[in-house]
Amino acid sequence: MAKHHVTTTINGNPVEYLCETRQTLLEVLRDELDMTGTKEGCGTGDCGACSVTLDGRLVCSCLVLGVEAAGKAVGTIEGMAEGGGLHVLQRKFLEHAALQCGICTPGFLVAARSLLEANPDPSEEEVRYWLAGNLCRCTGYQKIIEAVLDAAREMREA
Amino acid sequence: MLTRTKDEEKTLKVVGTRPVRPDGEPKVTGLAQYGADFSLPGMLWAKILRSPHAHARIRAIDASRALALPGVKAVITGADFMEQPFEYVGPERVAVNYWHMTRNIMAREKALYEGHAVAAVAAVSPAVAAAALKLIDVDYEVLPHVIDVDAAMAPDAPLLFEDMITRGVEPAPTRPSNVSKQIDFRLGDADAAFAAADEVVEMSFKTAPVHQGYIEPHACLARIGADGQGELWSASQGHFVVRAYTAKLLGMEIGNLLVHPAEIGGGFGGKTVIYVEPVAAMLSRKTGHPVKIMMSREDVFRATGPTSGASMTVRIGVKKDGRIVAARGVFRFQAGAFPGSPVMNACMCAFAPYDIANVHTTGYDVVCNRPKAAAYRAPGSPISAFAVESVLDVLAGKIGMDPLALRLKNAARTGTQTAYGPKHAHDGYAETVEALMKHPAYKLPLGRNQGRGVASGYWFNGGGESAATVHINEDGSVVIATGSMDIGGSRASMAMMAAETLGVPYEKVRSTVADTGSVGYNHVTGGSRVTYATGIAVVDACRKIIDDLRGRAAQIWDVNPSGVVWEEGHARPASAEVGDFAPLSLKAIAAKRAVTGGPIVAEAAVNAGGMAPGFATQFCDVEVDPETGAVKILRFVAAQDVGRAIHPSYVEGQIQGAVAQGIGWALNEEYIYDKNGRLSNAGFLDYRIPVASDLPSFDVVMVAVPNPNHPFGVKGVGEVGIVPPMAAIANAIQQATGTRMTELPMSPPRLLAALDSAEGA
Amino acid sequence: MSDIRFETPATAEAAVALLAGATGTAKLLAGGTDLLIQMRGGMVEPALLVSVKNIAEMNMIATHAGEFRIGASMSCMALIENADFVAAWPGVIDAVKLIGSVQVKGRASVGGNVCNASPAADSVPALIAAGARAVIAGPDGRRELAVEQLGIGPGRNALARGEIVTSFILPRRPARSGDAYLRFTPRTEMDIAVVGVGVNITLDERGVCCAARVGLGAVAERALLVPEAAAALVGTAVDDAALARLAGAASAACRPIDDKRGTKAFRIKVAGVLARRAAEIAKQRALEAS
Repeated sequence: MAKHHVTTTINGNPVEYLCETRQTLLEVLRDELDMTGTKEGCGTGDCGACSVTLDGRLVCSCLVLGVEAAGKAVGTIEGMAEGGGLHVLQRKFLEHAALQCGICTPGFLVAARSLLEANPDPSEEEVRYWLAGNLCRCTGYQKIIEAVLDAAREMREA
Repeated sequence: MLTRTKDEEKTLKVVGTRPVRPDGEPKVTGLAQYGADFSLPGMLWAKILRSPHAHARIRAIDASRALALPGVKAVITGADFMEQPFEYVGPERVAVNYWHMTRNIMAREKALYEGHAVAAVAAVSPAVAAAALKLIDVDYEVLPHVIDVDAAMAPDAPLLFEDMITRGVEPAPTRPSNVSKQIDFRLGDADAAFAAADEVVEMSFKTAPVHQGYIEPHACLARIGADGQGELWSASQGHFVVRAYTAKLLGMEIGNLLVHPAEIGGGFGGKTVIYVEPVAAMLSRKTGHPVKIMMSREDVFRATGPTSGASMTVRIGVKKDGRIVAARGVFRFQAGAFPGSPVMNACMCAFAPYDIANVHTTGYDVVCNRPKAAAYRAPGSPISAFAVESVLDVLAGKIGMDPLALRLKNAARTGTQTAYGPKHAHDGYAETVEALMKHPAYKLPLGRNQGRGVASGYWFNGGGESAATVHINEDGSVVIATGSMDIGGSRASMAMMAAETLGVPYEKVRSTVADTGSVGYNHVTGGSRVTYATGIAVVDACRKIIDDLRGRAAQIWDVNPSGVVWEEGHARPASAEVGDFAPLSLKAIAAKRAVTGGPIVAEAAVNAGGMAPGFATQFCDVEVDPETGAVKILRFVAAQDVGRAIHPSYVEGQIQGAVAQGIGWALNEEYIYDKNGRLSNAGFLDYRIPVASDLPSFDVVMVAVPNPNHPFGVKGVGEVGIVPPMAAIANAIQQATGTRMTELPMSPPRLLAALDSAEGA
Repeated sequence: MSDIRFETPATAEAAVALLAGATGTAKLLAGGTDLLIQMRGGMVEPALLVSVKNIAEMNMIATHAGEFRIGASMSCMALIENADFVAAWPGVIDAVKLIGSVQVKGRASVGGNVCNASPAADSVPALIAAGARAVIAGPDGRRELAVEQLGIGPGRNALARGEIVTSFILPRRPARSGDAYLRFTPRTEMDIAVVGVGVNITLDERGVCCAARVGLGAVAERALLVPEAAAALVGTAVDDAALARLAGAASAACRPIDDKRGTKAFRIKVAGVLARRAAEIAKQRALEAS
């Protein structure tokens, strides 16, 4: 069977790729497109390290097939920094030391940006519950939460 | 030999601040490359076939159907790896046996756990490799299995090694067993000393095995050439150790293997050992192509080393006034399929925070049909501490003493004799207890179904071998290179210590982790050793640079080098007599390097001793739902002696992360096996590590009793924070409910059952 | 080694035809959050995937005369964002919010949650309590089935070959009605329910319960409608005595197993505890609704 020829948009850029039905969007991003910023932590939607947005919706790319991205807009960590500068969230993660090993960081950043788009003024509890789908084993989450709340504050003031 | 100066009282400019780490930007933009992120042209993908049986003899492996599948380039089994001598090498606490290691990498005579690697395939795509695995026929003779440590010690237990005779017993046993080793530590005469106690409590405890839970599965890329040289890109906690082990198992000279340090997505000890590197390397050698392997999450749980599950009995005797007079602990630890549980550490650390004249600890290292145990953050110590700190809590209740006061009364200090040989050389423990006694939250009242629990912990911390190189670039900027993998921000602390020593701004110093060909030997990033030992190497190298710069300034000024001092990043005349020279910056001297001797470089290497242990004391407040057994952590306060925090944010981060792991260990994490010895919860859905909504923010109290053996007073901080939480939570649950839990995890079904039966059913 | 055929029909009837006419294993793909995991684990090896994400009626929500019709494959997040539905059926929303992480909810659908037929599926007890009906399209046309009849065993549903659920109909809400869903999980999020309870009640003008439905999940081979539990509430003011009888009836209805998520004894006890707590919330919501 021939592979699917998928035309999509990734981080605002038109992209085409070939994939088999069984390949997930995560596998396509990493193995076909060399976009290794999105990470595999579990492959079963339990850890959030593979988080991307699909038509603006936060999803696990390990639970989306590559062929399902056809005609949609995919957003990955590689598209988060804007025009040579870091996104506020990226900056705050660095300032607050919200990463230790950093493997979960791309997933958290994509998820946190999605949160602040939906809710620009979340409480600590709301942040913790929204981010429950992203596992971190290094930080105990505390500095991640602080970074997100600080970024939200700065974005509201802008 | 450079001397180490004591901690100076001068104002530090960089150390103690919180700058952004130098490797931060690639990590927040998805550009940092972890073990699975590398590719090479012509790369093949490898997958590993694993035993579905917990214990089985491997009679034959037939890979012919797999090899016939188009796209398959090679299949390997244990037979492809050379035999290794059977001997335990290295210090006893961390001894390695390559005969075991090669069999753990790939099974030979037997599959010893479900998930044990038995073969591997290299193919043109992951899908072809996966399909090929299904075509490998393995003829297993399934054997009875044993997993629980007490069951493995029973006289009729199935034996993993028919010739295993327990080491450490005189005379040696005549019959084989699953007990690889027995160890004893004695101080005074504990058995006799119990007679003098006013209160004695003896209790037994069980803990389930738990996994380090790093989010990144093991992964590597290997390229072995026909000329016998090769390269590895590997996510590990120590690429020099990866090099040594991989070279040994492949029969290569160490110098022929170059290991590149990929960024690592968490380790906590679990990546100080190797699984996939020799497999990828062997397949690369066989195929002539680069080979990439990434473990699945299921394989990580099935086949990589968690820490031990344990069965323990602890007995402590105290006087009415709280003085501990005798302590006895028996610790039975699962080693997994091959010997090497951290039971020795458990025996040594169990009573180490306390000044007790009579101590006897006994440890058993027991093999059983599950993955070989690997280090997990202060390996062994959290487990024995669960028992010891629970018993202390019961005793505190019996004599009506505040649990912190009990600990303070018996606190080890400099000069206190440990049960395992040396005397304590550092203070710091009592200070952690006092910090909590003074903490405003310690006196806060609690409500219904709420309770507060206290516990302490100890960890040796490591020193060991590190090397660092410092270069002054042509424009006066600085690059430092070490061989210490950066798991938690150590590039920042290395740059900070270098900047402070050289007297230059932090932004002028770049900090890299170099490959095995570019810097001297560095032991693993583990044991809470890097800021200490590698920090010493970095500072020593900077001091050599300073001496070199002073010499060059002396040349430029045509004065005696003894007339030049280095202050605030500049060479200056030592006094007016030397001459009236304007200070020379790094940039100015670097501009003249060619005429003053050439490149400005220094390397330093250490085998660091003089490290101080980690001491931690913590309290937590819990609320128990008496109708469901659910436990909510309301508050967690963690005090730890950090010596000096080079970068306080990263020190806090270590303590916060350790506490979070401890909470998961206490409440929910465990391996669940079915009756066939197969793991039922090989994933993050049912292996339940804490999620963000499970935890409150923690209150970290950094106590600073500097270690004079380190230029900035550093004490290792990464590990000891995980030692107290399980007991602290058990003690809090007891206060909240009146029920004492002696088994981990204290999950809701277990707690509810205990609460209901305590009610008198 | 052949790849899997992938189709994206535009209508339910086209999807039905593909599924009914397939040789070999054919699977409907909605959110994929169960199916992709099953494929990865080798539990299912489909030859054909039929994606229903392009079928308009399955991905929209509409109201008519107080009834809600929810497309079976719309994402949980889209449902949670519908303010009218949230106001009308807060208990169903409680349940849908717990189906998984935000990422999972961004793809997962109520249809998938119900038809995957895990006995622990979160939406099912709440839908049962709500009296929801599934609209099914099949080779022989359309039919409706009460949600409590859809799951028949672990991983097995009552759909015939080629049948798909296109939408769920939730009935018009009488005044003074409230629903709630509670579940027990060891962590606060990300777990499969160890016990799940949905309670839906209607009070009369005097505050006496005149109608009730109770659904239980994760305590049997399928989610259960528990009439005895509902009967404990009807005709009462949902007072402590009635709640105690409710709890007893809920516990009595359980026929659970010991598994890696919970023991029999735990499930039986906690079913009663959560039934009581859910009923208290439902009552409060009924009192607040006009």
